[in-house]
Amino acid sequence: MNSTRPVWLGRPRPVAVALKALALVLTCAVVIFPFLVVISTSLATKQQIDANGGYVIWPTRISFEAYKQIFNGTQVSRSIVISVGVTAVGTAFSLLCTVLAAYGLSRRQSLFHRGLLSFVLFTLLFAPGMIPVYLMVKQLGMLNTYWSLIIPTAVSAFNIVIVRGFIQAIPRELFDAARMDGAGEWRILRSVVLPNSKAVVAVVGLFIAVGYWNNYFGPLLYLNDTEMWPLQLVMRTFVLDNTVTSNAQAIPGYVAPPAQSVQMALVAIATLPILCVYPFLTKHMSKGMLTGAIKG
Amino acid sequence: MAVNQTLPRVNPPPENKLPASRKMPFLARLWRDSPLLVMVAPAVIILLLFTYVPLLGTVIAFMDYVPFLGFTGSEWVGWDNFTSLFADSAFWNALWNTAQITFLQIVLFFPVPILLAVLLNTIAMPMAKRFVQSVIYLPHFLSWVIIVALFQQILGGDGVLNRFLITHEMTPLQIMTNPDTFKLLLTTQAVWKDAGWGTIIFLAAIAAINPGLYEAATIDGAGAWQRFWHVTLPGMRPIIVLMLILRLGDALTVGFEQILLQRDAVGPGAAEVLDTFTYFNGVVDGSWGTATAAGLLKGVVSLLLVLAANKLAHRLGEEGVYRR
Repeated sequence: MNSTRPVWLGRPRPVAVALKALALVLTCAVVIFPFLVVISTSLATKQQIDANGGYVIWPTRISFEAYKQIFNGTQVSRSIVISVGVTAVGTAFSLLCTVLAAYGLSRRQSLFHRGLLSFVLFTLLFAPGMIPVYLMVKQLGMLNTYWSLIIPTAVSAFNIVIVRGFIQAIPRELFDAARMDGAGEWRILRSVVLPNSKAVVAVVGLFIAVGYWNNYFGPLLYLNDTEMWPLQLVMRTFVLDNTVTSNAQAIPGYVAPPAQSVQMALVAIATLPILCVYPFLTKHMSKGMLTGAIKG
Repeated sequence: MAVNQTLPRVNPPPENKLPASRKMPFLARLWRDSPLLVMVAPAVIILLLFTYVPLLGTVIAFMDYVPFLGFTGSEWVGWDNFTSLFADSAFWNALWNTAQITFLQIVLFFPVPILLAVLLNTIAMPMAKRFVQSVIYLPHFLSWVIIVALFQQILGGDGVLNRFLITHEMTPLQIMTNPDTFKLLLTTQAVWKDAGWGTIIFLAAIAAINPGLYEAATIDGAGAWQRFWHVTLPGMRPIIVLMLILRLGDALTVGFEQILLQRDAVGPGAAEVLDTFTYFNGVVDGSWGTATAAGLLKGVVSLLLVLAANKLAHRLGEEGVYRR
């Protein structure tokens, strides 16, 4: 058996092992169960949902009706395109600013180094209130534009500190060699820094992307036009407003709305991108983030 | 096993300072470092616009701010915004709700990641450990809209639980819309979303404990429980205190998006907190001055709370956020 138990430690009692296993299995079940129900119900046929009383834990026959309905509906399809667009442009822009700033601040002897670093780190301590930021966005004429979702949150001192920590850990000799060969700072960034910090750039980029994809309050605050709404806001109106307010639906004998599987499908679609990038996140996450933060 | 500890620590290579750096003329340094300055510029401009200027903009807490007149045209009103804030019973309701939610979360949420981390640490099989970690970290990456939607689908008036209860001829439960239990619901959702993620820092703390201590304790006859109580917990204590202080600093920040999403379901009486109060007063109703005053008050009180908690930690002999 593949185990890391040290030799001096005796075998634990079977009761303790069973209790521990039970606790861990329960914990995992509590996390997995809602996903299972949502994905299963979104894929189940209407007959099975009705026969089961509104939800399905394991679909007997797969049906993509709910997903077809979603991608036919103009608002949901459009909101998905908007969310993907904002996430892609936002992540690229934010990552660009972060990596540039991280390299620009990585050299201790450079001009204004201390001042600029303090300027960035100060923002970790004090965050401005919601109202002044809103007024600033308004002042700059960014209300009701997608820039309001992208630019105000694009730069985070925390991300800069993490990437900077990694860049500073790259062996000095590589920089010196590049400089000997006549490379300027931009060339060093492209040929030395980026190839050597791929992992951290990927992880920070994924965190940024998840943030943009999940952003709910930004569009609520800055976008008045419902035509511009991204997926999270549309999902709120389709899934929550629909049912939170109508409790009377739980009366006995109530016929399951056909919307059930559509709602579940919508939740599944909003979760899908996260599930796709998740394996990459976990691969580098705890190690990369922690060491980066400590070195900073 | 002791080999690891007796290996000489590799010293970090001495910082290779450019010797002439300090003596170079300013213009030469500017020329040398100008690419670096250009690289930092975008981040600095964005932080300036969206962090520094709004921080200064907080002065509208002392203004009767009218968007049409702007910062320069609006009238200074001194402490009037604060006076009207303190006279508003909705503000006190929001403050009281915030305090209750924070209290519940510190009592019911805070210990969960610590216990989970200890439990995870006892898994001897690396594969199983990694699997459990992957599962419990996942909800952290979902948006609050998804979390609330999942809870709605499972526990809502029309959700899985009630469908189950109805088919088995029991009375359905109104969990999502009951104002009396709303704060417990919020805490449950927060635990579901972030308790797993919260284990990371405590796992790191446990990993930093010297294994020799466990070995010595076991040889001295300590059982699993005694090792937990006398080795693991004392080893984790500085991190636990640190996290508690940071949580206290956030005492007035309680799940803004989470509450905003569910406020209509239970009404503002049970669900209004300081952040939602600021949002509805300022952005929705246009009382910019009062709302900013509420936000400023929140920021100042939070800072005081961190300093007080840190002082208390020092009194109790802990290190806290910063050293004395």
